[in-house]
Amino acid sequence: MGEGLPVAEEARSALEAARREGRPLTETERAIAGAEALTPQEALARTEAAEAADHRPGARRPMVINLGPQHPSTHGVLRLVTELDGEVVRDLHPVIGYLHTGIEKQCENKTYWQAITLVTRMDYLASYFNTHAYTMAVERLLGLEVPERAQYLRVVMSELNRLTSHLVWLGTSGLELGAITVFFYTYREREKALDLGEMIGGERMNTRYFQVGGCADDMPPGFERQLREFIAQMPARIDEYEEMLSQNPIWLDRTRGVGVLPADRLVDLGVTGPALRAAGVDLDLRKAAPYSGYEHFDFQVPLGVNGDAYDRYSVRVREMRESVRIIEQALDGMPEGRHIADDRKVVLPPRGELATSMEALIHHFKLVTEGFTVPEGEAYAAVESPRGELGCYVVADGSPKPRRVHMRDPSFVILQALRPMARGGYLADLITIIGSLDNVMGGVDR
Amino acid sequence: MGELRTIVEAACPGAVIGEAERAGELTIEIANERLLEVARFVKGPPLSFVLLSDLTCADFPEDPRRFRLAYQLLSLESGARLRLRVWCPPGEEDRPEVDSVTPVWATADWHEREVYDMFGVRFRGHPDLARILMPLDWEGHPLRRDYPLGGEEVQFTDAV
Repeated sequence: MGEGLPVAEEARSALEAARREGRPLTETERAIAGAEALTPQEALARTEAAEAADHRPGARRPMVINLGPQHPSTHGVLRLVTELDGEVVRDLHPVIGYLHTGIEKQCENKTYWQAITLVTRMDYLASYFNTHAYTMAVERLLGLEVPERAQYLRVVMSELNRLTSHLVWLGTSGLELGAITVFFYTYREREKALDLGEMIGGERMNTRYFQVGGCADDMPPGFERQLREFIAQMPARIDEYEEMLSQNPIWLDRTRGVGVLPADRLVDLGVTGPALRAAGVDLDLRKAAPYSGYEHFDFQVPLGVNGDAYDRYSVRVREMRESVRIIEQALDGMPEGRHIADDRKVVLPPRGELATSMEALIHHFKLVTEGFTVPEGEAYAAVESPRGELGCYVVADGSPKPRRVHMRDPSFVILQALRPMARGGYLADLITIIGSLDNVMGGVDR
Repeated sequence: MGELRTIVEAACPGAVIGEAERAGELTIEIANERLLEVARFVKGPPLSFVLLSDLTCADFPEDPRRFRLAYQLLSLESGARLRLRVWCPPGEEDRPEVDSVTPVWATADWHEREVYDMFGVRFRGHPDLARILMPLDWEGHPLRRDYPLGGEEVQFTDAV
């Protein structure tokens, strides 16, 4: 129950809080309290004492090790309280919240259009997807129709974002397993893709290009040419990555058969995206519940067979090829028309009109100061992010500020699968599994 | 979409107390004490909402029932979505309670911990109801509407 341990301060107050409420410590609280109580020397002393008490040959007790929160291979600030028996992970408790910035609370205190800037910062590798889910939910509440050109622009930028996100994942999970070279290759392409984002949205990362009603601006001159050049060379680049990894004996040894869970267990744990598709479950929201015009595009949903880390790798690499195809089709079929809805009660008037039209100036002033009101109701809009279903639940109360904004972040949900996947495996495989799940802590903690 | 409600009502008489549809999203309101029963039914055939996408809460301090939980469900077979809505009145002692759906969908584990952490709603039968995003010894529930924005003490303020 924690008594008898040299309990650290946080754990002690948790214990006291539990006593006040008249309940025992929960499993996670106990794990954290136990880990917090021990310095490495104390942990070693405890293990040695336990070994000394148990004289049977080979008898060992698990050692509690804090993996993280600062650890290069945990993708940001993830802490794992790990019970190790030699190299074998007996149990582990993920401890999250180190990156919690209260974005959902902040959103409630901003107007609808201001909140877009905040939601981009949740899953920082997939900022377009965050804003896409959020704006779709608000548009649904407003009953606002998004012009077809804006939908296509959204598809182009979303798929470009999927590429940049997968490139980070591929580079860093290579790093984690000692394949350093691939990182330099993937970041070379990622830079070009980020430059394209800067061209169209003004920022390399955390772009607020998607607005309620459409996109902030049309494609600037030269953007299409540069994007076409980029996607023309991308398939050859993906071949390069595959040459380095797909047949690499070390990569195969480290990823095959690692982190497998049966498909129905994954569904039960709420796992979506490449991690689920690697186990052979055909769930892609772009196909299952098409949004933003995805039904117009011809693309495959790559599936795996075994659901191990290698299959997740293979699914993501094939997804990158499909993304390239989708961008190509979207550019070819880009409809004419407006890049944002023509509704002056919601959408900012064009900049040029402010100098000539009094009415435009008034609309602009009202929208920027007071914001637009959204009729009472609730909406849940989900998009297929690089990590799975990214949903946004918005509750409106008729005021210019949302009553509640909640992000269903795939990283948060996927991280629950880490414990059953890693239990009973080697510590080195734990690192592979974290890499293959591709969780982004900004999205987990929000 | 009204037929969904009829199916649920036939299997769990009296459990459905309301229905709302907006922009193609169907919401069924469930009586607090019947949630687990309804959850078991909608997960199995014929509806087979096997994936619990999301579980979250919204705070309405002006309403005596105050905490409104929303369960977003997805059927893998039909791609249909359904939202269950449950109110958790805080009562005299400020102890909003509802049954945990972790026995039905394992994914609810962390979602329910988050709702407990942020709103103070307790889930009966949850295996490990500890705070998840805030530190274990945190006081209060930050996403309640009466919890001040920027109300926490900033670390190292006295070290300037």
